[in-house]
Amino acid sequence: MTAKEHTYLGVPVKKPKVAFFEFTSCEGCQLQLLNNEATLVDFLSLLTIVNFREAMSEQSNDYEIAFVEGSITRDDEAEQLKQIRDRAQTLVALGSCACFGGVNQLKNRFNDLAWVKKQVYGSHPIETREAMPLSAIVPVDLEIYGCPIKKEEVERVVTNLVLGKSIDYPKYPVCMECKANHNVCLFDLGQPCLGPITRAGCDAWCPTNRLGCWGCRGPAEKPNVRQLRQIMHEHGFSDEQMLDRLECFGGFGQYVSELKRASKE
Amino acid sequence: MKVSCNIKVNHLTRVEGHGNIRIRIKNGQVEEAGWDVVETPRFFEAILVGKLWENAPYLCGRICGICSIGHTLASIRAVENAFGIVPDKQTASLRLLLKHMETLQSHILHLYFLAAPDFLHIGSVLPLVQTHPEVVQRATRLKLLANDACDIIGGRRVHPTRPVVGGFTMLPEKSQLALIKARLEAALPDLVKTAQLFQTFSLPDFVRETEFVSLKGGDHYPFIGGDLVSSDGVVRKEDEYLQMTNEYVVDHSTSKWSRLSRPSLAAGALARLNNNFALLHPKAREIAASFSLQPVNHNPFMNNIAQLVECVHVVIDSIAIIEELLAAKWQKPRQPVMPKAGRGVGAVEVPRGILYHAYEFDKAGRITRADCVIPTSQNNANIHYDIIELARQSAAQQRTDAEIQRLAEMLVRAYDPCISCSVH
Repeated sequence: MTAKEHTYLGVPVKKPKVAFFEFTSCEGCQLQLLNNEATLVDFLSLLTIVNFREAMSEQSNDYEIAFVEGSITRDDEAEQLKQIRDRAQTLVALGSCACFGGVNQLKNRFNDLAWVKKQVYGSHPIETREAMPLSAIVPVDLEIYGCPIKKEEVERVVTNLVLGKSIDYPKYPVCMECKANHNVCLFDLGQPCLGPITRAGCDAWCPTNRLGCWGCRGPAEKPNVRQLRQIMHEHGFSDEQMLDRLECFGGFGQYVSELKRASKE
Repeated sequence: MKVSCNIKVNHLTRVEGHGNIRIRIKNGQVEEAGWDVVETPRFFEAILVGKLWENAPYLCGRICGICSIGHTLASIRAVENAFGIVPDKQTASLRLLLKHMETLQSHILHLYFLAAPDFLHIGSVLPLVQTHPEVVQRATRLKLLANDACDIIGGRRVHPTRPVVGGFTMLPEKSQLALIKARLEAALPDLVKTAQLFQTFSLPDFVRETEFVSLKGGDHYPFIGGDLVSSDGVVRKEDEYLQMTNEYVVDHSTSKWSRLSRPSLAAGALARLNNNFALLHPKAREIAASFSLQPVNHNPFMNNIAQLVECVHVVIDSIAIIEELLAAKWQKPRQPVMPKAGRGVGAVEVPRGILYHAYEFDKAGRITRADCVIPTSQNNANIHYDIIELARQSAAQQRTDAEIQRLAEMLVRAYDPCISCSVH
């Protein structure tokens, strides 16, 4: 397929060649794009999709933007990711597995891959390594957070990318969006929540459905984790419950080890 | 002239996850053939160990991007069975409705976006946007309806937010349910048109006898919990699931395999239909009859049609469920949860077949052991033996390389495999 002339507000826009790839993941973030039924056709008209294995049989190595879902857990994945990096002008990490390691990195917490393998495969040999985000292997140009990604955010980011507009994310926490949605605070509903320290941009997706935030988008700017710990304690939640959420998607790195240390004191 | 070919399909397209097909025929003899799953494992069963019970449904939903609702519900059921929680009628109805809408969403995605392009000799659904816009509009209309319903009941179409152990975090607005009901009624003609479209496709005539495993329906076509049954006559209780799955590892696959009375078994829409045909809604049975689909059917390509039949069933059943919910007064959404030591199993029919989650807990409600058996991992051995048989028949019928490859790809796609899931 060749790039065709396309206009946006009367200005010609080159439809970039776009490829989608997935490593260790549930492929749910790519599916979120197909789940965009109402705007899918308009969205697709901005792009020339040359690779989308989950939905099409045609394939090509000639692309400008690569969207990569999933974390890296095997050497062959790392090698393929390097190839994609070489071919793409822009490499976008799609979703929390690609950005932080996602739920897959929970296996790293045991510091014992042999035990992890034995739990699932017994004595049968199986290849795996510590789950890593894409940025641990290659430079990443753009990160789209979330488990799953929010399709409206992807469309905004991709549109801005195609039009050459700047892309920025909120620095404030989910708590702000939750208040703007007039929700009752999850702590008042008797649930733990990472909304006060997690990066916004999801429109408080979970809290608006009365599920406390699990921090899938990673930390907001200067998160006050210590203060949140105090709030958790005041509402009767344990360090273990806070840690379950903080370590769930891999976005909070150092704060996880800090909480573990503080919890032992 | 005897057939010789060497077919290698690496990372088959239009399926979820990563699997390879290999077929080598020399002078009309199949030298080797098979199905290799090369997906990277994620180790969910290890990840869960040491985690509090409330982590299980939240994490396990993330085993799959397509059937996250099914995984969440199976996980919730396993926890509730361990803690002795019985969902009330309202919760059970809302869960079944949510399950139905995931079934519709997933089946429509498979039928239109993944399977149909093969029958139309195109690489994806994209060319249809130009050539047959009404077909794409119908597909997206049906999928959007199902996804909107999942949002309204489950909070989110992928990785749902509202279903939790004990019930739901919050309930849908009745006015929203009424709107969904109206859209479901309008969807029935779309499903009839879908059936008409599939009538124009010629389904490969391929049969290999196998054993079909599913939930065993009582009064209703089964989706959530109950006894387990096989078409070879095996019946077990839900918590005896290990006797139905018998998982083992093979060298050429990162997915485990299953077997029961034969070398392989099949799960999925065709298995459910074969084992519970009489419990389908009469209108769904009519659609089945129009494709001459009746139990026990051993053509794996008919799984496509079984999915279509189930779409009709779940749409009609969902309308009835919503009518009942609208007529009743909302009860509280969630009952309290008291963790205790023990074991719990949850068996749920997800779009690709029967799914089991099983956990053991200590007295604080921490998981000490976890096991998940996925429909596609149960199907992988069956796909493997089907490919060998397809290769054998193709060699005998002197098919061309291109035709053999096309049929083999279509065969795997007919199972609608969820390969990431199978290597969870």
